[in-house]
Amino acid sequence: MKEINVAQIIPVIRNLCIDANYYASPDVVEKIKFFMEKEESPTARDILALMLENHKMADKEQMPMCQDTGVAVVFVELGQDVHLVGGDFNEAINEGVRQGYQDGYLRKSMVDDPVIERKNTKDNTPALIYTEIVSGDSLKITVAPKGGGAENMSEVRMMKAADGIEGVKDFVIDRIKRSGGNPCPPVVVGVGIGGSFEQCALLAKKALLRPLTEKNADPKWAAVEDEILERINMLGIGPQGLGGRTTALAVQILYRPCHIASMPVAVNVNCHVHRHKSAVIE
Amino acid sequence: MAKEIKLQTPLTSEMLEKLNVGDKVLLSGTIYTARDAAHKRLVELLKAGKELPFDPVGAVIYYVGPAPARPGKAIGSAGPTTSYRMDPYAPVLMDAGLKAMIGKGPRGQAVLDSMVKNKAVYLAAVGGAAVVTAQSVKAAKIIAYDDLGAEAIRELKVVDFPVFVANDTKGNDIFKLGVEKYRIDN
Ligand code: SF4
Repeated sequence: MKEINVAQIIPVIRNLCIDANYYASPDVVEKIKFFMEKEESPTARDILALMLENHKMADKEQMPMCQDTGVAVVFVELGQDVHLVGGDFNEAINEGVRQGYQDGYLRKSMVDDPVIERKNTKDNTPALIYTEIVSGDSLKITVAPKGGGAENMSEVRMMKAADGIEGVKDFVIDRIKRSGGNPCPPVVVGVGIGGSFEQCALLAKKALLRPLTEKNADPKWAAVEDEILERINMLGIGPQGLGGRTTALAVQILYRPCHIASMPVAVNVNCHVHRHKSAVIE
Repeated sequence: MAKEIKLQTPLTSEMLEKLNVGDKVLLSGTIYTARDAAHKRLVELLKAGKELPFDPVGAVIYYVGPAPARPGKAIGSAGPTTSYRMDPYAPVLMDAGLKAMIGKGPRGQAVLDSMVKNKAVYLAAVGGAAVVTAQSVKAAKIIAYDDLGAEAIRELKVVDFPVFVANDTKGNDIFKLGVEKYRIDN
């Protein structure tokens, strides 16, 4: 049994919040460059170039790439041989978020309650924490700040088995078509299939964590991802919805088995800033 | 590269009539920030026949809720917010002389009609390129509605603020034309 003091987690979360917002991931940079080469619209090419320039400036000026620094989504993989000591684990995560959003000059965007009061909690807590128990004796933490513009374009649909793979493709493409310029395209499309109503939504969000330059390990799903991406990029929406060939940078699918009567499908849309950073505590 | 045009505020109909959708504009001068809550108050003032906290004639409004500024900086990251939420207020402001709005995402028909009638334009800033836009802001001060926090009205001095013409004075809409141009039916 390995002991990890929760106090160790606080600065790790703090730094992940800041780093995810300040520094563009190399895979995002690579994808934007790849599509900029092929882009036919001059306006779209200019916009993509501004996005790349923005990455450099955010790094240099130590500022968040986007002013919507999102809600703090935190994925935890907790080794089953780890014993957490020294205080409350979830509170430590929230303290890390509090410090990161304060010290990093990040915008605080959480309101409570969500309907009647809608009062800003002023420190961007509570974080959205998803903890999974895995084998081993280490603790892996991923912080994925998620902006409102893209999250609002997401959807869960309880499809029928008879809808088949063509039904799934059409649903995903239609979801992006209906989103237009709102989620700040080029987007990254996370798709979760199977499980249940709530599990497919979480799968869709987790699907966004795969590096954009990595193919789906299963060739038949890799082919589905490629086809959906190609068809999305035929929609003409383009960067920021102003027209062009670059509407999505990647489509990434995760699936789980499901009930014989069901075929739940979730689409989680992410914008081009596509933020997530991980750290391992051993 | 798209065609690049430099503009200096205050804007006039003559300056804007030359613009076409898709043009890149580098805007310099004074612009004002306002989101939903501030718009509501501005329109209430106009309806009551009162003066606005800034002169609307030839003015530009930027839809933005910036991140906190670092000490010594004029402003924090400051990309555009989604514009359609301001649609109910925009025509009233254009009737009072507003010449340009900066934001992201398409506008409703009433706003498009009002732009043609008032010879005004809608400019798209790049969502998520918030440091690039913040860098062109040289000075910022709150001029009204301090109680609204990030949503207060700020006067920004900008130099070469990069935006794209989304709706011109002739009624063209890039959110329709651009998509039609690059769509491939399958
Ligand atoms: S959708 Fe993404 S890039 Fe656009 S404003 Fe929101 S967080 Fe920023």
